[in-house]
Amino acid sequence: MAVRAGTLSIWAGAVSAALVLALTLGTLGAVVWRADGFGALGPRDWGYVWFTVWQAAASAAISVALAIPVARALARRQFWGRSALITVLGAPFILPTIVAILGLLAVFGRTGVVSEVLSWAGLEPISIFGVHGILLAHVFFNLPFATRLILQGWLAIPAERFRLAASLGFTVSDVARVLERPMLRDVVPGVFLVIFLICTTSFAVALALGGGPQATTVELAIYQAFRFDFDLSKAALLGLVQVMICVVAGALVFKVRLPSTSGVGLDRVVRRWEADGLGLRVLDALCIGLAAVFLLGPLSMIVIEGIGGVFSLPGSVLEAAWSSIWVTVVSTALCMALALSMALAVSRLSAGAGALVEGIGSLTIAASPLVMGTGLFVMIFPFADPTALSLPVTAVVNAAMALPFALRALVPAVRDLQAGYGNLSASLGISGFTWLRWVAVPRLRRPLGFGAGLAAALSMGDLGVIALFSNPDVETLPLALFRLMGAYRLEQAAAAALVLVTLSLAAFWICDRGGRVDVDV
Amino acid sequence: MLTFENMRVDLGDFTMEGTFEVAKGARVAVMGPSGAGKSTLLNVIAGFQDATGRLMWNGQEIGPLPPAERPVSMVFQDNNLFPHLTAFQNVGLGISPKLKLNEADATRVREALQRVGLEGLEDRKPAALSGGQQSRVAVARMLLREKPLVLLDEPFAALGPAMRIEMLGLVRDLVAETGATLLMITHDPDDARLIADQCILVADGRVEAPVEMETFLSDPPEAMRAYLGT
Repeated sequence: MAVRAGTLSIWAGAVSAALVLALTLGTLGAVVWRADGFGALGPRDWGYVWFTVWQAAASAAISVALAIPVARALARRQFWGRSALITVLGAPFILPTIVAILGLLAVFGRTGVVSEVLSWAGLEPISIFGVHGILLAHVFFNLPFATRLILQGWLAIPAERFRLAASLGFTVSDVARVLERPMLRDVVPGVFLVIFLICTTSFAVALALGGGPQATTVELAIYQAFRFDFDLSKAALLGLVQVMICVVAGALVFKVRLPSTSGVGLDRVVRRWEADGLGLRVLDALCIGLAAVFLLGPLSMIVIEGIGGVFSLPGSVLEAAWSSIWVTVVSTALCMALALSMALAVSRLSAGAGALVEGIGSLTIAASPLVMGTGLFVMIFPFADPTALSLPVTAVVNAAMALPFALRALVPAVRDLQAGYGNLSASLGISGFTWLRWVAVPRLRRPLGFGAGLAAALSMGDLGVIALFSNPDVETLPLALFRLMGAYRLEQAAAAALVLVTLSLAAFWICDRGGRVDVDV
Repeated sequence: MLTFENMRVDLGDFTMEGTFEVAKGARVAVMGPSGAGKSTLLNVIAGFQDATGRLMWNGQEIGPLPPAERPVSMVFQDNNLFPHLTAFQNVGLGISPKLKLNEADATRVREALQRVGLEGLEDRKPAALSGGQQSRVAVARMLLREKPLVLLDEPFAALGPAMRIEMLGLVRDLVAETGATLLMITHDPDDARLIADQCILVADGRVEAPVEMETFLSDPPEAMRAYLGT
């Protein structure tokens, strides 16, 4: 193109990419360097690796297996509240992990609803600490995600094919064989791998529900090696193992085609003729009903148990909430600055260089915040007390972790902007900051708002690096909540959880709404 | 005078070349089959598309200049207006890309909008304007930029016939007033007759020199005859 290249935005994008590289590969290098070589992996460490992979695979398999009937039911039934339920299916992504865990404890824990019912019946109460708790929490988070993705696959089958099937007199099993199973073969592997990847790095779940030789993930082992033994060579070694697990899973995910997660068009229901029988209708109602109860039950328990305690929360929790808000604001701003500069650079670079920048921006999807945190600790330690910097470090790491999602929202939008208004801007001589102010930011408000909403919600609910760096005086709200749970102050924990989930949803809503209101399309 | 010596565009599976001159103040229709490169030609002149050869305006080479510094004002097929800016702001960009307008500038913007018949609609955004009114905003900005060379890439193609004829008449009057040179892509011989006095044929990878409109339409070249169905 004869258009003068936006050198400034390319530089800004390059600086951002360098920062992300420093946070991912740089921190990893710092860990390796500080470790003074590796100890060998002992049998116990292999146990952690095995458990990490095994629980992630099992979580992904269960989530997908349960999601298929739910998605099938949603694809072929219209009912009151359907679109509300589909919206709720999108919520776990912005729901703080620790809140969900508290909700699950309230339903499935030793003093939870299910245990109480069992004890009335004269049976032993159940406990969700350990393997099955981890699986339960992972399924809780990923069943909705899997359902949305698979539902997308179902709705991508053209309605005409179902009409053709009806006119040919297909039965339920004919439709399944000819239309549905080929779609599932296409969609399910990708969904499985993404959930597998998510479950290998879900530190908060392992921290809250795991532990012990039977249920320790690699990330939890890093945390323990670092925090309890300050054994950096062990932490470094485990960190490398974790990175390898993530890289392998990430590379596999990169290979498979994923259905779009935009959620656009999920409101459509295809009229079906072969599935009108009463038995199938009852089956679908059961699937949808059980999924709704499973998802909404724990959240309702938080509200029921927490609402009374909200106004008597101790001052320390409110302070923690305040810290969380600040961390979120800083982290979101940083994440969006990184994402916007990288997206702009991607649109101005050649295809290869652009893909490289985009790839660097997506690195953190396969990075472990625990490894990042350990590396930053090692890097900061010679100069300052790392625990005094726990909040800024948390903000930076959270920004990096949310970056891939923000980039995914922004890159296509910037590309469209260039295609639609690039020539007009060039012919009028609008460039640099003027272009940013009058063209880019107004035109990109929607993806900027959505990306910022995701970044804000993720940061608000994060319980990762902060647990690694924490000292008794400084905490974020998720950490305060975790500590209340550990002290068995469950009513206060529920109240804090209610505050946290409100803040997370509000953070998402404010940003996302800000990008939508008064937008001129 | 616009001159292009040894123009050559190479897009891999598409090439286009030609040498031509357009007299100052001429109104030229650019015609030819779909995909022949009519838009590419305008994009080369406007600076959106690289080409080899010497592109000159009044004897000065303009090929190396970025789009905004060329003596060119272009109205595109669509996306002529930023949807988030008002009609006033969209026109004001023609004076200052930073939208820093003093009182005199603001008066000029209002006068330009008045000239195209949009008085009182200054504060509307494109979504609140009809298709014809949106075209008028783009034309108002073109008028304000006072560039001696005006390129129209079928900006009125989506309008109804009556509206299109009205817009073509408006543009014809405006370029007559300002003495600007006009190059306009069109598919319709009637549109071409209405606004242009010469015609450039783009076909089979070649850009021909302009010929008189009546000669062109009464005895069209072979490539054009197939296209027009005459």
